[in-house]
Amino acid sequence: MTTDAATAPSSLLSGQGRGLVDRFGDRALYLITLLAAILSGVILGGITYEVFKLAGSAISKFGLGFLTTSNWDPVHEQFGAAQFIYGTAVSSFGALLIATPLSIAIALFLTELAPRRSRTPIAVLVELLAGVPSVILGLWGILVLGPFLNDTVEPALHAALGWIPLFGGTYSPVGLFPAMVILTIMTVPIVSSLTREVFATVPPSAKEGALALGGTRWDMMTTTVLPYSRPGIIAAVMLGLWRAVGEAIAVTQVIGGAPGIHANIFIPAQTMASQIAAQYQGASPLNQSALGYLAVVLLILSLVFNGVARLLVRGVQRRAKVS
Amino acid sequence: MDYEPSDVTVVDRKDEITSRIPRPAEAPAPASPPQQSSETPASGLERMHATRHIRLEDLHAYYGSNHAVKGVNLSFEPGKVTAIIGPSGCGKSTMVRCVNRMHEEIPGARSQGRVLLDDVDLRGPGVDVVAVRRFVGMVFQKANPFPTMSIFDNVAAGLRFTGTPRDEITDRVNAALEAAGLWDEVEGRLSEPGMSLSGGQQQRLCIARALAVEPAVLLMDEPCSALDPVATLKIEELIGQLKQRVTIAVVTHNMQQAGRVADTTAFMLSGELVEVGPTEKMFTNPDDERTEQYVTGKFG
Amino acid sequence: MRRRHAINRAVEVSCWTAALLAVAVLAIVLVSIALKGAGEINLDFLTQNTSSFGVGGIGNALVGTGILIGLAALMAIPVGILIAIYTSEFAGRRSGFVIRYVLDILNGVPTIITGIFVFALLVVGHQQSGWAGAVGLAIVMLPLVARSCHEVLALVPGHVKEAGLALGASRWRTTLSVTVPTALSGMITGALLAVARAVGETAPLLLVTSIYPDLLVTDPSQPLPNVTVTIFRYSETPDPVKHAQAWGAAFILILFVLALSIVARSLSARMRRRLGAAR
Repeated sequence: MTTDAATAPSSLLSGQGRGLVDRFGDRALYLITLLAAILSGVILGGITYEVFKLAGSAISKFGLGFLTTSNWDPVHEQFGAAQFIYGTAVSSFGALLIATPLSIAIALFLTELAPRRSRTPIAVLVELLAGVPSVILGLWGILVLGPFLNDTVEPALHAALGWIPLFGGTYSPVGLFPAMVILTIMTVPIVSSLTREVFATVPPSAKEGALALGGTRWDMMTTTVLPYSRPGIIAAVMLGLWRAVGEAIAVTQVIGGAPGIHANIFIPAQTMASQIAAQYQGASPLNQSALGYLAVVLLILSLVFNGVARLLVRGVQRRAKVS
Repeated sequence: MDYEPSDVTVVDRKDEITSRIPRPAEAPAPASPPQQSSETPASGLERMHATRHIRLEDLHAYYGSNHAVKGVNLSFEPGKVTAIIGPSGCGKSTMVRCVNRMHEEIPGARSQGRVLLDDVDLRGPGVDVVAVRRFVGMVFQKANPFPTMSIFDNVAAGLRFTGTPRDEITDRVNAALEAAGLWDEVEGRLSEPGMSLSGGQQQRLCIARALAVEPAVLLMDEPCSALDPVATLKIEELIGQLKQRVTIAVVTHNMQQAGRVADTTAFMLSGELVEVGPTEKMFTNPDDERTEQYVTGKFG
Repeated sequence: MRRRHAINRAVEVSCWTAALLAVAVLAIVLVSIALKGAGEINLDFLTQNTSSFGVGGIGNALVGTGILIGLAALMAIPVGILIAIYTSEFAGRRSGFVIRYVLDILNGVPTIITGIFVFALLVVGHQQSGWAGAVGLAIVMLPLVARSCHEVLALVPGHVKEAGLALGASRWRTTLSVTVPTALSGMITGALLAVARAVGETAPLLLVTSIYPDLLVTDPSQPLPNVTVTIFRYSETPDPVKHAQAWGAAFILILFVLALSIVARSLSARMRRRLGAAR
């Protein structure tokens, strides 16, 4: 009684004081968080704007022909991107050509074959591989992988498949092939972890159905797991392509940085991203603008791959919730 | 003499709510004589006395286009436990959630009508939703202690939200735990996480948490539906003890429970209030045929 | 029938091989870094400044990277958490979707292009600087922090938030003293993983803070020496001494990254256990 009588007026006042703070707090938190959310859009818009602005003079000077000519001559200020587009395409598609079956195999292993207790540790190890900084993979690529490929793998491939122009007779520790291998190592964790998540959404009843019909596990995979997961696997490959296309540092380290379009994947080349990384410092204004044009192409490719992949993933998640 | 919130005039009460003074026990009490006491300060909880009256007038509630509560008129009387029964989906939870305005937290939900606390419309203009919830406590279907907080902090949470002075908090937490019948079980381990308690204890912790802020009204939304019979019995006994201190409404789908705890029972069906009356009459001699069918298990 | 079993067997074996190969590659990378890098680590290497001509160490680069990461974290983590609070607590269905999509797209921007953006914004007309590097890293971190914090905030059960509201706490009090503390260890996980990602980032730094002296620089308005650009530079020289130093720096970097991701994983496991109990 006494306490209440004694504290009532003061807590009454503090109650009113808090009322103001409280009312202000709700608005304030809402507005601050809204501003932060808008900021993310502003950054994305700013990046797009700045890259297009930078590319402006190159776009107006070279037009779409920029994409199909392969002349990159800073001295005479003639620029064409075809060789870098070729380098990006070959290194990325090549990497995904290796990474996709590998990743599907890893995902199948982790969802269907591996002993239960070893699944999480192996999955964690594969994901740790994704956490290795690209500059370190590049260092490893240039000093360990490149010489190994040059001395062992490239001659062997040439001996076995030398009749295909891709596997020509000139070897080099740096070039498209090491870039492909490094990009494979970078994309496998991404592709396999997403593929694994997709496989996990396959309803167990469907899998049991296939097994109950007397199918082997392989039959079960081909009749239920893989068809059911197709959109998810496509999303995973898109995400892998996004990662491969945008990687600048490790590729710069191992690709050799030589311009030109060659059928032979063993010799040095250049991608769009690595060209930007290698040349941006100290380039003349038009040269920088041409690099900006490369960045525009790169940005569009990344956004398309990434955006489509995310939409596909959303579709898969929705379906998983429904079933 | 007990301090009585009812000593306060109606006008004062309205001012309390609109100016967001949180607890009835804090209201100025001109009629209470000053009293000297050197004993340990007793919590207001022990002297709380159920005096507040809730009256729903033509209450409607919607989820988007779904009309969940259709024009209910109902009173919760002080000193009595009101049970609201009815088949699931009949709108009974929605209805009580309109009383402390939790209904409007759901996106797309809205309501109309009047919810009177004595004679202040809790849905009226100038009434702050936060102040409403300090007057009207709620216990949910599933025990929901704050997962990161200790037993003590769970009960103290509401007091901290209302800016209760630090030196009062310990006493009031202890009193609330006592009132919720939990004190003997948790004494000496108040710093353990609230989640470490059993299901029934967690639910009583939630009751203590609601009581600590000394609400005038306590809404209980199927408080025992997730509990075993022993824990259920404890909570039902608790409801019986608390009804003199706070006006209580209990939503339940369990008719026997309503029979055991409630003085007044209201029966809802498809969003409408079918019948309300003394519990005994509702279960033995209801006026409405549908009530009879429900309480005798003939449908639902 | 026998053929089908043979195929089945072959597929199972290749799946095993693929998984072993992936783990083996990780092992090979880590082992080569450890073998070549661990031997480099000594007090001189850690404390002396980089040297273009002599041996030197990476002391100034470690300090610079620390400053860059610290500044970037100070920018990205609070903003990322605020975005996550908006998307999980305030945003409607559509605006929440749009903002999360924007964050995904932002996360999809190649970091070399982030570098171009920061270069255009902060370097053109001025000079390279630590601030520009920190902004670049912050842009890399922001979508990671915001998305992961959103995921854990969304995991906090609705009935826990309701308990706060029903107790007479206003929405902001409920958010700050109930929802956020419940999700806190998960949010720390997200922040740590973002730091682990940013600390190994090279591309933006290469454009905006890569021309620096072989000196200790602590003023972020100057270009700051840093570890990743140093590794990049050294890997491109023909000098075996610099190669060895690059391995040493890579060893330190990867230890840091691995330690962060292990701490982050154990925190997130703890949080999931606790929320599992609250469901």
